[in-house]
Amino acid sequence: MSGNRAAARRKQDVFRWVTIGVCLLFFALPLYGMLEFTTRGPGGTRSAQTWATLLDFGKVSAEYPALKEGFLASVGLAVLTVLIMLVLLVPTMTWVRLRLPGLSRTVEFLCLLPLTVPAIVLVVGLTPVYAWVTYLLGESTLWLSLAYVILVLPYAYRSLDAGLRAIDVKTLAEASRSLGAGWGTVMMRVILPNLRTAVLSASFLSVALVLGEFTIANLFSRKNLQVAMYELGKSDAQISIAVGLAALVFGFLVLFAMSFVGGPRSATAAAPRLRRTRKESP
Amino acid sequence: MTSMTSTDGQGVAVQLTGLRRTYGALNALDHFTLHIAPGELVALLGPSGCGKTTALRCLAGLEDPDSGRIEVGGRDITSVPTSRRDMGMVFQAYSLFPHMTARQNVEFGLQLRKRSTQERRTRAADMLDLVGLSDQADKYAHQMSGGQQQRVALARALAIEPQVLLLDEPLSALDAKVRTQLRDEIRRIQLTVGTTTLFVTHDQEEALAVADRVGVMRAGHLEQLAAPEELYARPTSEFVADFVGLTNRLPGTAVDGHADVLGGRVPLLDGSATSGEVMVLVRPEGIDIAADPAGDATVLSGSFLGAHGRVTAETAGGHHVVVQVPSSAVAAYPPGTRVRLTARGDRALAVRAE
Amino acid sequence: MVPFFAYTTVFLLIPTLVVVIGAFLSGGRPTLGNVRALTEPAVISATQHSVVLSAVTAVGGAVIGAVLAYAVSTARVDGVLRRFVASLCGVLAQFGGVALAFAFLASFGATGFLTTWLAKVGVDTGPGLWLYEWDKGLMLVYLYFQIPLMLIVFLPAVEGLRPQWREATETLGGSTWVYWRRVAAPILFPSFVGATLLLFTNAFSAYATAAALVSQGSPLLPLAIGNTLTSEVILGQENIGKAMALEMVVVVAVAMTLYAVLDRRSSKWLAP
Ligand SMILES: Nc1ncnc2c1ncn2[C@@H]1O[C@H](COP(=O)(O)OP(=O)(O)O)[C@@H](O)[C@H]1O
Ligand SMILES: [Mg+2]
Repeated sequence: MSGNRAAARRKQDVFRWVTIGVCLLFFALPLYGMLEFTTRGPGGTRSAQTWATLLDFGKVSAEYPALKEGFLASVGLAVLTVLIMLVLLVPTMTWVRLRLPGLSRTVEFLCLLPLTVPAIVLVVGLTPVYAWVTYLLGESTLWLSLAYVILVLPYAYRSLDAGLRAIDVKTLAEASRSLGAGWGTVMMRVILPNLRTAVLSASFLSVALVLGEFTIANLFSRKNLQVAMYELGKSDAQISIAVGLAALVFGFLVLFAMSFVGGPRSATAAAPRLRRTRKESP
Repeated sequence: MTSMTSTDGQGVAVQLTGLRRTYGALNALDHFTLHIAPGELVALLGPSGCGKTTALRCLAGLEDPDSGRIEVGGRDITSVPTSRRDMGMVFQAYSLFPHMTARQNVEFGLQLRKRSTQERRTRAADMLDLVGLSDQADKYAHQMSGGQQQRVALARALAIEPQVLLLDEPLSALDAKVRTQLRDEIRRIQLTVGTTTLFVTHDQEEALAVADRVGVMRAGHLEQLAAPEELYARPTSEFVADFVGLTNRLPGTAVDGHADVLGGRVPLLDGSATSGEVMVLVRPEGIDIAADPAGDATVLSGSFLGAHGRVTAETAGGHHVVVQVPSSAVAAYPPGTRVRLTARGDRALAVRAE
Repeated sequence: MVPFFAYTTVFLLIPTLVVVIGAFLSGGRPTLGNVRALTEPAVISATQHSVVLSAVTAVGGAVIGAVLAYAVSTARVDGVLRRFVASLCGVLAQFGGVALAFAFLASFGATGFLTTWLAKVGVDTGPGLWLYEWDKGLMLVYLYFQIPLMLIVFLPAVEGLRPQWREATETLGGSTWVYWRRVAAPILFPSFVGATLLLFTNAFSAYATAAALVSQGSPLLPLAIGNTLTSEVILGQENIGKAMALEMVVVVAVAMTLYAVLDRRSSKWLAP
């Protein structure tokens, strides 16, 4: 007996596959375009030359010094941004929860404020600040991380906030204090290990953001990965596009793998973390 | 409550015949047959996963049976869609529309039936009054307690004057006190409106308290269907016996209608094994306990459960026996006490010893 | 505690104040000239373009993304399909800027594979210049990150729809259509509008993609702001940049505030 329910379910299955199919096709087209473009050889042939070059780190650095420079700068920026972000946020947010709950609204406001200040606006406002940074600290590209920390603030705040909510910081801290631990020990040995997942996801989001950042670097005339790709795109588009595609595939694999660790509902677990968030760089 | 007279005492009969429903290799319903008389409240009782919800959802049309017939008021509705079955349903929880007030929720079904505003208003007010929530009419679901939400859900289901009322564990998300209170109220309201009702639960106390008849389910079929007293006094199988409180399993010997167990003699229920070595199923309240240094059982633990208490003892044969005692008596049997246990005259069920 | 406030003051509050105050300064003296400069035809048209582009891609992305989110929500909860689409959209929503611009050039540009392929089947899309125009190519490109962003923001709301609501509607006598019109749509409406606002601000403040695609003129507000920073133009121009930046902050802040209000409402309804 095939009843009303079975028919409805079949209709829903068709709808699902058609909708997802069409959308995936739209998503796939430009990606295929990138792949097709990077495998173009001379005279309409296919060639894996670009990808071979990209995988050969020695060759890339020799032939495309700008790319190497930009890549290293971006990696350095990512590491530095994550470090500053963690040092700034974790103790502050923990301390606010433990001792100064009255300040929690202020901290939240400050952390979410960058959502209403687009990167391009931040550049405008940061110009005089960076004049001082350059004067005091020098020209290095790495100082861009000081601005990037602001960009990642809302995302990092949300991740860490969710993590702190999940553990009872107050009880944990009181328990360890009653066992004679100092505040430093509490922080390093008790709070941080319990926040591992939150710290990881905050760091992951920050890295993704920094690696994709273009606006600030370009307008301050510093060379990070995106700026290098942009400039290289004018002379040798193939290698530049290959880098872009590789970064995208890598990002997807990391997210996809992350969706399998953790609870059964983690398929969309990245979503709540990204809620109310907005990428500045597109 | 004059506006409800149209359903008073006018319930319709429900007949489920040979329902089957499989999920892959699993038989959620296996030749399930059940008759509900007009105006009757039948409770389906059984452990989680035995198919109670599936049976109820088949009746509601929310699930298609693979085979079998569903008749309401003599009419075959097996392939009628849910929206035209005229059934009021109360879910376990969270079923109120969150963007509507209690009143709007109750009026929703009437609105779909194109009743006049005036009629909707009156009827919603009556229903909310019936469930005791007249003062909460303008609250949203998130502003009400779990118990209040379930009352509104009940009012919403009854507002459309359904042919059949379906309740799927409506109380399991509530805490103990609200639970008993609302349980009794559901029974009162059901008797008032007289709607034929199927009530699904995994709680035997709940089932025995509200139902005209209780159907104990096991692995997709009805194991026994009987009035509460009957079910309690004369379970026909070990499974049902366990479900209605015959929880002690003790070795004994059956001799024409009686069993010798724990040094006493008890009458046996119909369907018992009649001779030889048997396992006898005895209620905790069917055993007497007495402190006796010469006794052959030892108390392991005791616990208060409010009005009464329970003492667990181990017999010389190594069997654990749970005995119900007045709660004031629990302290009289500290762990380690030697006691004598005697089976009282209550009927017990004997099954073949494996 | 102190480092946090010191840091955010220097790198967040001061820049914001620089923009706000700078918008009303010229040569050190207070003025409304910069703000008045916002009414110049070039700025007005950049603003208009930005608003239209953002609004169209926000609404388009929201509608398509919402349908996609519903389709995904009907798949098994921990199935591979759902994880796949969610992860892919997670990446694509952040996939802006240079790489995205190149991806579209490689597909729709003059020598792009789609252009070539379309030409082969007889559809002439021209020399591929449409891709650089703000109201054609950019819209398509922006949709490419707006749809995935919508999925990510909206999927939790769709997943918050309880099956009981549909079933209750059915038992009360409502059809599927009634369920969607009377129950699902009103419940999702605040989330939908909120998400659309989020998409709007996302497109409105996007700089990198547009900068990488558009090389001629500054048809959009972010590009115009960027221009005041890079070109060595007349003195005082940079304060007009600040006025435009302020305009942008105001628009974004209004949209985000509305979003926050709507999000609070819907999370009350959809909370477990
Ligand atoms: N949609 C479904 N898909 C697969 N199995 C199901 C589905 N619904 C119910 N089942 C299975 O059918 C059996 C009976 O379920 P149910 O009627 O919900 O039990 P109960 O309500 O008595 O706890 C269970 O083993 C359950 O796992
Ligand atoms: Mg159930």
